[in-house]
Amino acid sequence: MSAGTWIIVGGSSAIARACARRVAAAGADVVLAGRDRADLEHSAADLRVRFGVDARVTEFDATNPDAPAALVAGVQQAARPLNLLLAFATMPEQAAVEADRALLRRGFAVNLVAAAALLDSFAPLLEAQGAGRVLVFGSVAGDRGRRSNYAYGAAKAGLAAFVEGFGARMAPAGVSVTLVKPGFTDTGLTWGKRGMALAASPESVARAALAAVAAGRPVSYAPWFWRWIMLVIRLLPGRVMRRLSI
Amino acid sequence: MSALRSSDWASRRVAGWGRALTADMALARPERVADIGRAIAAAGPGGAIARGGGRSYGDAALGAAGFGIELGRLDRLLAFDPTSGALVAEAGVTFADLLAVFLPRGFLAPVTPGTGFATLGGALANDVHGKNHDRVGSFGDHVLWFDLVLASGETRRVTPDSDPELFRATIGGIGLTGVVSTLAVKLLRAPSTAFKVRMAPMAGLEPFLAALEGARAAAGYSVGWIDGLARGGALGRGVLETAEFADPPQPSFRPRRRLSVPIALPLVKRASIALLNRFYAARTGQTGQERIVPAEAFLYPLDALGNWNRLYGRKGFAQFQCVLPDAGAAAGLRALLQAPEREGVPPALVVIKTLGIAGRGYLSFALRGVTLALDVAMTGRTPALLERLADIALDHGGRVYLAKDAALSATQFARMYPQAEKLRAVKARVDPDGRFCSAMAQRLGLMATRA
Ligand SMILES: Cc1cc2nc3c(=O)[nH]c(=O)nc-3n(C[C@H](O)[C@H](O)[C@H](O)COP(=O)(O)OP(=O)(O)OC[C@H]3O[C@@H](n4cnc5c(N)ncnc54)[C@H](O)[C@@H]3O)c2cc1C
Repeated sequence: MSAGTWIIVGGSSAIARACARRVAAAGADVVLAGRDRADLEHSAADLRVRFGVDARVTEFDATNPDAPAALVAGVQQAARPLNLLLAFATMPEQAAVEADRALLRRGFAVNLVAAAALLDSFAPLLEAQGAGRVLVFGSVAGDRGRRSNYAYGAAKAGLAAFVEGFGARMAPAGVSVTLVKPGFTDTGLTWGKRGMALAASPESVARAALAAVAAGRPVSYAPWFWRWIMLVIRLLPGRVMRRLSI
Repeated sequence: MSALRSSDWASRRVAGWGRALTADMALARPERVADIGRAIAAAGPGGAIARGGGRSYGDAALGAAGFGIELGRLDRLLAFDPTSGALVAEAGVTFADLLAVFLPRGFLAPVTPGTGFATLGGALANDVHGKNHDRVGSFGDHVLWFDLVLASGETRRVTPDSDPELFRATIGGIGLTGVVSTLAVKLLRAPSTAFKVRMAPMAGLEPFLAALEGARAAAGYSVGWIDGLARGGALGRGVLETAEFADPPQPSFRPRRRLSVPIALPLVKRASIALLNRFYAARTGQTGQERIVPAEAFLYPLDALGNWNRLYGRKGFAQFQCVLPDAGAAAGLRALLQAPEREGVPPALVVIKTLGIAGRGYLSFALRGVTLALDVAMTGRTPALLERLADIALDHGGRVYLAKDAALSATQFARMYPQAEKLRAVKARVDPDGRFCSAMAQRLGLMATRA
């Protein structure tokens, strides 16, 4: 079987970039989808120069309801099997969300609705090819409703449930579906924030995520130790959770 | 889909590689080229300075007003033409990365500094030289063009012909004209992935200089190591390394072990230096020896030990590097090698190389002559030693390398770099408000004095 193609949606994020390099290093072609075409073109060029794979860019705006169908139509010619990686998200401050209901809606629209719609749009194609891998980036924020970012967390919790069910749907067709929840990662999103001294590099998160994909795991934390941190946090009684300002 | 937050600032205490000079800085770390302009605009009054790998020893990459723009995340290769060797890349690409990608394909950076952690942007801004300067010149000699993000936020593609003054002000211009986002540089054909290195013992300064002179034409690469503690007739004794690409096929090498110094621990003392010098001389033997080594180990010997700069302890260290024109070099080198003992500061590492043609930049370091680099621990007497060494260099028509410098006075600098005035003129044109400023630029009097 050829290495096929990875369609990476939200390709400008640091974690997506690191994943793109890893899959391209293994010989896969790459389609980078996102809004910032100029930036994505740099990443696509990088993959071509470094790994000699076919890498191209296509526009994708998660707030556009027609975008998933357009993406499916646009990748018909790509080398099979197709694999799908979802790395787009919007994470405004919780306070900003509380002050602006449009931001609240937009968060769900992008982080949950668009992601679910995209997976759903690819379902027939994935089932028909009878192979392929799907990697969705969730968040540890989806494991509990935390005072500091529950709007974002709620969308990611919804996404986690969707991905679990989607995985069950894809399994008979031989398509694996993996949800990876990165802990703090050293990216533009966390740069300058407090308490990020131990943030993992995007490369290490990508390595862990793609290892989970290769192993066909349905859910995985990256790096691994977040599994234990989140186990403790999930076990905290609601009473305690409310008093923690995390 | 993230909101563009990557030009937010992170507060960090930043040190030069020598760890003696530090600054509390607010750093932006753009992940997209377009964010560079945003960071420039968002920096406070007094302006920002670009930072690459942070491998310059002094304050070249320390912000005077505290704002820094780190290029490390802009590390993408954009185009490569195997026919001409022309590579287009973002400025944050490191030399180690280049070597890993291109050496297996038969290409190598034409000029590389002695550490793979340096970035292409940093190499351009210091117009760096390698162990093959006599043959190929400085890094800037191989730059075809670069994209420069100016103070206004505008990005301009600069070639040697489109704006010769801006080109020459930026090559070796220590980041003072703007931020290089992307550059095109011509890679060199590399017939193999290993070097054949010949090590020859040198009994003293005179024979050493004669051998270096011979190597200029005869060897592809050459570098000398001097025992800085040797005195009298043995002054300047050491080992000359000359190297060529090895003939393929190469033996397979074990991957390099990587160790790292975890904390600042002052291990570099007179006794340990003497031990190391003896070890190095013993390894070379009386008659010299020849070895085949992987390119990485030959070009970046110190990179095998991460954070080796911590070996000098919490006070850090300084590297003094100057170049002396061939004419007065012998006398000047003698004086330079004798000076540390006078101040009671033993040099830990002493490296000697020859340089060929002068660089293209107004502040390019290279000129035809001999360059000497001395690493010394930071002690109470080190500043006096550095001042003395710079004066010796001046007396012999030489100049100090800004990539290493932490100590020059504005007066010494002005005498060493007569073309600084031209850089100031370009800066007045493209950056009249001084949006790009480093602690070094302020120390050396490169910023316009404001009324
Ligand atoms: C072990 C070691 C060995 C070395 N050997 C050599 C050698 O053999 N020959 C040699 O010439 N040098 C050598 N150096 C010095 C080193 O090559 C230079 O200091 C080089 O500039 C470091 O690159 P950097 O990316 O770390 O830049 P930094 O140290 O981060 O910055 C250096 C300067 O470049 C500017 N700059 C960086 N990026 C940009 C950009 N994108 N746009 C505009 N300005 C920018 C900064 O403002 C600053 O003025 C060595 C250093 C070390 C630590």
